[in-house]
Amino acid sequence: MAHRNAAAAAPGAALSLTGLTKSFGPVRALAGIDLEIGAGEFVTLLGASGSGKTTTLNLIAGFLQPDAGTIVLDGRSITSLPTHRRDIGLVFQDYLLFPHLTAFNNVAFPLRRRKVGSGEIRRRVEEALDLVGLHGLGKRYPRELSGGQQQRVALARAIVFRPPLLLMDEPLGALDRNLREVLQLEIRRIHREMGTTFIYVTHDQEEALVLSDRIAVFNTGRIEQLASPDTIYDRPGTTFVAGFVGDSNIFRGKLARDELHCGQWRLGAPRTPGVAEPAAIVVRPEKMRLGALDGAANRVRGRIVERVYLGSALKVVLDVPDLGRVLVHVPPGDLGQLETGATADVSWRIDDSVLVPDTQAESTEGEGHD
Amino acid sequence: MTTTSWRRLWLVVLVGLIAVWLLLPATVVLPMSLNATSRLSIWPEERSFDLYREFFADPEWTNALIRSFRTAAIVSVLATVLGTAAALGIVRGFRRGAGIVNAVILAPIIVPVVVAAVASYLVYLRWGLVGTPLALIVAHTCLAIPYVVVTVLASLRGVNPRLESAARSLGSSPAGAVWHVTLPLIRGGVIVGAFLAFMQSFDEVVVSVFLASRRGRTLPVQMYSSLIEDIDATVAVASSVILVLSIVLVLLVGVSRLANARGQSGTP
Repeated sequence: MAHRNAAAAAPGAALSLTGLTKSFGPVRALAGIDLEIGAGEFVTLLGASGSGKTTTLNLIAGFLQPDAGTIVLDGRSITSLPTHRRDIGLVFQDYLLFPHLTAFNNVAFPLRRRKVGSGEIRRRVEEALDLVGLHGLGKRYPRELSGGQQQRVALARAIVFRPPLLLMDEPLGALDRNLREVLQLEIRRIHREMGTTFIYVTHDQEEALVLSDRIAVFNTGRIEQLASPDTIYDRPGTTFVAGFVGDSNIFRGKLARDELHCGQWRLGAPRTPGVAEPAAIVVRPEKMRLGALDGAANRVRGRIVERVYLGSALKVVLDVPDLGRVLVHVPPGDLGQLETGATADVSWRIDDSVLVPDTQAESTEGEGHD
Repeated sequence: MTTTSWRRLWLVVLVGLIAVWLLLPATVVLPMSLNATSRLSIWPEERSFDLYREFFADPEWTNALIRSFRTAAIVSVLATVLGTAAALGIVRGFRRGAGIVNAVILAPIIVPVVVAAVASYLVYLRWGLVGTPLALIVAHTCLAIPYVVVTVLASLRGVNPRLESAARSLGSSPAGAVWHVTLPLIRGGVIVGAFLAFMQSFDEVVVSVFLASRRGRTLPVQMYSSLIEDIDATVAVASSVILVLSIVLVLLVGVSRLANARGQSGTP
């Protein structure tokens, strides 16, 4: 440990997962995961429950053994190393503070296991408590702390031994919304200040967008897309990613050259090599306009069925024949005379849309067309 | 007075009555032991400490007392270590079959003691153990383990097993996680188990009568024999000694649990 701390300006370590598979009885939790994470990077594993993200975390932590594949941390295979020798920090959703120890002794726990001297322990524990904003609360027992404070203690305990990699398993899942937002910012700050590699597991797409350098979107034991938050949002790689992260319009149809035929509509699609059927066009609601647009744009016509005021925008839902429900975000006031029941044109630039493989073709067949 | 405080008072009175009803019969030995004559009498006319002097002057009684104490102490340690390990195994070790293991370990409480006594007598006879201190220690440990297992299991149910995962992620070996996290959290159950194991051995008669030699009698066996052989009033002193000793132990356990609770009240 010590040599690593001394040597590195950026103390984070690179992690590389290769061909990880894991089954529980007949259930395949991970169907082959490859993931390269750079030193000091903040990567979020995003997915619904049962998508494999937590299994991946447990494999990295060493709580589970993979059926196949390797885990390499800092150039060294840790695949068969027991948890306590991996030197990886962990923060759990339910904190898992030791109830018989004070906050100070909870944070000191990993240092005591590493036989750090008592003066050094005192200094480093105080430093870690300061870093998480709990100065002076070291004498409290976990039961005397609020949920947010307990999670801060857990965070301090997981970073006090300066692990090259910190894993967080839905750490804010048990907290209310305001506190979650405060702690998100703190986690980002701590990540910046420490330079440790962070892997963060969540099912909350907003949290993933706010926190991460890159997001790995999990679906049924695979990574659907691994990219930066803006790429995930603007250029989703599959219909699953588009549907999971943010609101989107997904139009399914027959692919013919640069067009997608959806019933009566022939929608222009951006030229995307390598995408074959089943395919779909994805457009974010804020890229949609009511009325016509100049240049290379698609235009369809439908009936307004709902309008919802969102504060920063007005959400308009239209029913478009052969396309189903179409979601449009317009600036408040832009709707003009258009009331519910009125017919309206909806347009979008071809460049603002994405042509993607339809990974949910079987499960949602017939929803968007016919 | 509010309804709740009435209800509270009621409870206190009820619990007090039950306690008196359970303990009063045992306390008759206290006045008996103060009898100035050597006859057995529940409420003696003349009182003195003569019987106590007799008791502590007679090596047959004092040796029995020391022997009982030593046996119970060793049994308590052995049963606590083995019983705690067994309870951890039942909760953490077995995926399947924990119920069967549990039943086997609890069997000594369920099997009639006299059957266990005859069985261990016959087996130890073969092994040449009958009459040795080891025989008593082994037999008493078997009888005491279930008490430790039951109390430790009850404590373990309140401990989140994932705390050990957290400890391992922080650098504890699996055994270290049990030592540094789980054991401190079940300390109360372990202390009560150790106390029950001690008392189980200290006042055990049936098995001891079969296994103890004439010169290796424990206090309860000595009491039993002294009543059978010649009605000896010193038995009241022996009973009082046991009674006072168990009360002191109960108080010690209570105080340690209280201190424990003050240190970490609200722990699950």
